[in-house]
Amino acid sequence: MTDPIKYFASRVTASEMNRREFIGRSMAAGLTLAAATSLYGKAAMAQEPKRGGHLKLGLQGGASTDVIDPAKSSSQFTFAMNRNWGDTLVESHPTSGLAVPSLAESWEPNADASVWTFKIRKGVEFHDGSELTIDDVVKTLNRHTDEKSESGALGVLGSIKGIENKGGDLVLTLSEGNADLPLLLSDYHLVIQPGGGYDNPSAGIGTGPFKIDNFEAGVRATFVKNENDWRTDRGFVDSVEMIVMNDATARMAALSSGQVHFINRVDPKTVGLLKRAPNVEIQTTSGRGHYVFIMHCNTAPFDNNDLRLALKYAMDRETMVEKILGGYGKVGNDFPINETYALFPEGIEQRSYDPDKAAFHFKKSGHDGSVLLRTSDVAFPGAVDAAVLYQETAKKAGIDIEIKREPGDGYWSNVWNVQPFSTSYWGGRPTQDQMYSTAYLSSADWNDTRFFNTNFDKILLEARAELDQAKRKEMYHDMALMVRDTGGLILPMFNDFVNATTTNVSGFVDDIGNDMSNGYVASRLWINS
Amino acid sequence: MANPLAGVRAARHRLKETHPLSVLIAERLGLSVLLLWAVSVLIFAGVEALPGDFAETYLGQSATPQAIANIREDLGLDRPITTRYFEWLGGVIQGDFGNSWASGAPVTEQITKRLGNSLFLAFFAAAISVPLAVGLGMVAVHYRNRIPDRVINVLSLAAISLPEFFIGYILIVFFAVQMGVATFPSTVYDNMGWSERLAAIALPTATLVMVVLAHMMRMTRAAIISVMSSAYMETAELKGLGAFKAIVKHAAPNAIAPIVNVVALNLAYLVVGVVVVEVVFVYPGMGQYMVDAVTVRDMPVVQACGLIFAAVYILLNMVADIVAIVANPRLRHPR
Repeated sequence: MTDPIKYFASRVTASEMNRREFIGRSMAAGLTLAAATSLYGKAAMAQEPKRGGHLKLGLQGGASTDVIDPAKSSSQFTFAMNRNWGDTLVESHPTSGLAVPSLAESWEPNADASVWTFKIRKGVEFHDGSELTIDDVVKTLNRHTDEKSESGALGVLGSIKGIENKGGDLVLTLSEGNADLPLLLSDYHLVIQPGGGYDNPSAGIGTGPFKIDNFEAGVRATFVKNENDWRTDRGFVDSVEMIVMNDATARMAALSSGQVHFINRVDPKTVGLLKRAPNVEIQTTSGRGHYVFIMHCNTAPFDNNDLRLALKYAMDRETMVEKILGGYGKVGNDFPINETYALFPEGIEQRSYDPDKAAFHFKKSGHDGSVLLRTSDVAFPGAVDAAVLYQETAKKAGIDIEIKREPGDGYWSNVWNVQPFSTSYWGGRPTQDQMYSTAYLSSADWNDTRFFNTNFDKILLEARAELDQAKRKEMYHDMALMVRDTGGLILPMFNDFVNATTTNVSGFVDDIGNDMSNGYVASRLWINS
Repeated sequence: MANPLAGVRAARHRLKETHPLSVLIAERLGLSVLLLWAVSVLIFAGVEALPGDFAETYLGQSATPQAIANIREDLGLDRPITTRYFEWLGGVIQGDFGNSWASGAPVTEQITKRLGNSLFLAFFAAAISVPLAVGLGMVAVHYRNRIPDRVINVLSLAAISLPEFFIGYILIVFFAVQMGVATFPSTVYDNMGWSERLAAIALPTATLVMVVLAHMMRMTRAAIISVMSSAYMETAELKGLGAFKAIVKHAAPNAIAPIVNVVALNLAYLVVGVVVVEVVFVYPGMGQYMVDAVTVRDMPVVQACGLIFAAVYILLNMVADIVAIVANPRLRHPR
């Protein structure tokens, strides 16, 4: 099966594509009608989930410092755990990225998107048998927005000023309009807990498809099926076991020997090897995470836009994706948004490697001598190799890049967001607004390119409160161009999430929201045999 | 007698005459406590000097200045380092290592479990490797420079030359992936049956045995050979004692000191130095625990692990010294 067809099949399995569409596209991709029809049958059959069995996951990203308290979730492991036992008010759609109902049935904004009313689902039971009430929701949000809170969602919810129960509905009042508010509530920290989780936040009582059975931080977590789950389209297995496996080779060995059904963080360098195992299927999902080279726009010599442009043109993006990501990624265009975002600005010309233009701008900038780039392997996987590759392509444009390799320990406090030119990584955000607000707004804590543009700030705040999607899309188009052409961001690539499953499980959904099928992997997979 | 110190010194001397061993052990113990204290200062200062701080590292990309400030205040990180050090030391003396900053759970409780796992693995590795190493060493001496000696040497040298993760991976690929006879991953957890637990640790134990075997075996061989060249061994030979009997009866006891030393060193390694093996086999031991803690600057855990590691080393070295003294009465009365 060729890759596009495999992709179409997975769309069918995820009910994202119908028969006509599938057969049409598969034939366009080179299949005969008969082959396409039979393939559709297979893919559609795979839609019938089988129930039962014990699902085992081998996951990178757990540590003995992990806690169940969702407010303090900070690892990949607890992220996936939260999705197992808890629910948020809103979820994001696997392919469109738009907000879809979960514990909140529906919502309405007021005219300027500053007051939102959520209808909360009735008849949902927590694991301890108590019924979900509006009070639980209010208290949960209170706990995460309290100024004294240590919640990882504190920053996301910063603009929420009022959380009230008005006649059985949840009413959120914001300090400024925000058209994306529902999506913010899909943050994995915001698991709705009985009593808001004030009493015992680590009890792990939620409304999710699985109940926590046992948890040993940094070792493993086991779950059993929640028989009173309010949804029937998830949680197909009887029990789940998540094992912390921080060593990439250990994960690969465990998967290819059939000891686990799923692993995350497959190393792009070894995907080829893993593919050879007959019982393994690689699951790649386009991600919003991106690997970046960041220049401080206010620090010499990077305060010169010609030098910044020269350095942007000196980047060979295609080769980066091929060599550093092993092909598991997409080329970037020097603004932090890709087509996985709703309202992605289309029609912006792809910037590509151009030694002549680079040389032209470099000369125009008046800078001579080398440019110092700081990097470290912790910046992103393969960061040092990427820097060397960049050094080579820049050399052809007559730009001498000097690489300084920094120790990984302390890189995030001493180099990133401190030194004027360094390599770094950004995980995506649910919305464009959040991505720009986190790192490109003049007043952002993490304005790591020192991008100060009052016009940009103005449009960003206007777009945030704009409910007319067409207008909003135009605004995001303008903002993307500003960052691309005047900012300090060189964004060569967006990395895919590379996971792998054994062939005897089905149901994996390529969810653009985040890694591991947006964390829902355990509730979406089922075991075939 | 004007000098009271002289009286103490005399008493100590007298005690040393009557109970030489007890005095030696008491002195060693005192020294060990002093050493541990010095280690505690070093660890505390060392972790403090690491770049990056807990609040920032722990919150990662979701950190906001507000959340960082909240955490720092919560943990009292704004107070001076000396105050924090003495508070911590006070707790440790009472056996309380405090609570983990990251998880909030009592460190003592977590460490007990992790240390238990580490000791479990170390125990089986030692129970196999120590007799095997000493036995193979004796065999090697017996067949000195002949084929069995060469084979033992080459194999053990090969094993020690390969990095432990490599040995681990080879065992995994061969026994778990291809033949499917071994349990992998080697994760052990609460309420796990004994037979399951033993099956789980088979591969890591085998790896550790291979890693430590050569060191002990070669030391045994060298020590016995050096004893063999002494005059009394010649006497034993001349009086007609069989070669193997001579090794076991006369050479081995005199070679105990160096052997015990290297065994102690390797035992200590089995407890505190197996991080890589733990990672490769996904085994929840102390090493993994400490690495996790260092990554997020979880000070109470790092300090507790550091102290326990130091204690294991000091204790095993002390035992080795005492065993050497018991085995060789001459050492009891240093000139």
